[in-house]
Amino acid sequence: MIETRGFKLFRVVGLTLLTLFVALPVYIIVATSMKPLEDVRGTFEWWPSRITLEPYVEMWATIPLFDYFINSLVVSVIATSVSVAIAVIAAYALARMRFRGQRLFGMVILSTQMFPGILFLLPLFLIFVQLKSWTGVQFTGSYTGLIITYLTFALPFSIWMLTGYFRSIPFELEEAAMVDGTGRVGAMLRVILPVAKPGIIAVTVFAFNTAWGELLFASVLTNDKTRTLAVGLQQYLSEVDVFWNQLMAASLAVSLPLLIFFLMMQKHLVAGLAAGSVK
Amino acid sequence: METLVHILPMILGVWIAFIGLTQLTISNWGAAPFVGLDNFIYGLDPNGPIGRQFYGTVARTIAYTLLVVGFSWALGMLGAVLLSTRFRGRAILRTFFIVPYALPHFVGAIAFAFMFNQRDGAINHVLVDQLHLLGDRPFWLIGDNAFFVVVVATIWQMWPFAFLMLLASLQTVPHELYEAAALDGASLWSQFRRITLPMVRSTNAVLLLILCLWTFNQFNIPYVLFGAAPPESATLISPLIYQQSFKNWNFGVGAAMSVLLLIALLAASALYIRLVMPKKAEVA
Repeated sequence: MIETRGFKLFRVVGLTLLTLFVALPVYIIVATSMKPLEDVRGTFEWWPSRITLEPYVEMWATIPLFDYFINSLVVSVIATSVSVAIAVIAAYALARMRFRGQRLFGMVILSTQMFPGILFLLPLFLIFVQLKSWTGVQFTGSYTGLIITYLTFALPFSIWMLTGYFRSIPFELEEAAMVDGTGRVGAMLRVILPVAKPGIIAVTVFAFNTAWGELLFASVLTNDKTRTLAVGLQQYLSEVDVFWNQLMAASLAVSLPLLIFFLMMQKHLVAGLAAGSVK
Repeated sequence: METLVHILPMILGVWIAFIGLTQLTISNWGAAPFVGLDNFIYGLDPNGPIGRQFYGTVARTIAYTLLVVGFSWALGMLGAVLLSTRFRGRAILRTFFIVPYALPHFVGAIAFAFMFNQRDGAINHVLVDQLHLLGDRPFWLIGDNAFFVVVVATIWQMWPFAFLMLLASLQTVPHELYEAAALDGASLWSQFRRITLPMVRSTNAVLLLILCLWTFNQFNIPYVLFGAAPPESATLISPLIYQQSFKNWNFGVGAAMSVLLLIALLAASALYIRLVMPKKAEVA
């Protein structure tokens, strides 16, 4: 856009407002996490009068935070890696091969984005109960049920994004590789995967973020032992005393790995989203 | 397999709506009695208490969706357009604007729950103690104000996604178009309307659909803000079904609501895809 003086002023105002909007809750999380509990209660202080790191120490003892952290990690990592692996294969097939019902398959995938998770919660719960009586494997209250659930929810979106991405890669690339004597699978592994890296990163981030923050299924399908962070953090609130400072400290601590990962991958993310959605 | 995993629960979900499932029969749900349309009549009768709540909630959820999607899109567009221009510090802002989206979904809501806390929160401190706009500290998380809080908290989390998608899409718009338009004397506003908007049209088609569905089905944010029993003014459809199913143990009623919702969403999405989506953006 050609920049006039008016546009520059508009830009400064617009960006300042957006920055304030984004920054306010973030600042409050950070500031509150470093206040002693007495200062969090009562009148709010914009500038902490006393700074302490105690909430970061105490938060581990108030609730079994570390256990929740491990639970979330196990569930999210397994669900993400399996769903990305399946999505790559499925999306490649969708993008490159022609088969009957392809259009229908695409519509089914998109339609899964339409339905609230709540629609699946009760049926899945019943299926897990039934499966247990048939196979003896415990699905509710265990990692397995939650992993399967997250897997099925991350998959459609991942397949959809990656299909678009694979389509944007010229077919000649693989042809060249196949002429050179690599098979179809070899061509995919050695030629397509490196080129599709941004798209794959984008869906990985998406799948991981979804699993890490999911509340609905986690609140019903986990028990005391397998509780994930999203559900577990609520316990700071349900105590008679609300430990806001510890809650903020814990929120920040569990966000950091994700945030760093996200921001590191940012460049790929934009590229991946662009190709996956537009093409 | 994909079809199996999603279609099976869906069929089962429809079946639950027709049986009398209770706490007692849940462990052996195959044996629950068939009750026909009882669940629908009990739960969806506009004159009954639950039915009235259901339709009120649907209307509220639609209003919530329109507000959230409208603002998220507008803010995302604003951010994307401004950050497509060159100036110092734009890389930092670009990263910073993604932060709400990069945080786990529950963290943003926790921050808003604290900010809008009646006694200790920042919002009441500003309104009452610093600006003296109000005499008493209002409650934000119970009563009618709660709707406003859940809308703002959702926009905060949702707009960076619109921003990301639109930013990516704007990068494909050739700069020469704007230069040519400026030479012809087109104002910035008409450049935006005639060049920017048409160029991101196919992104918009997908983006708006996804934003609408995500917002309409929102569960996390109200759940963190209000717990399992949200105030009437901020009860959205997903939390209502959750409440009916897992708090009141009215599985049948919850399922009947789900079925109705399923049909409505299917119809709305099909209509949208048929009317708005450009052929190019379709999946297969």
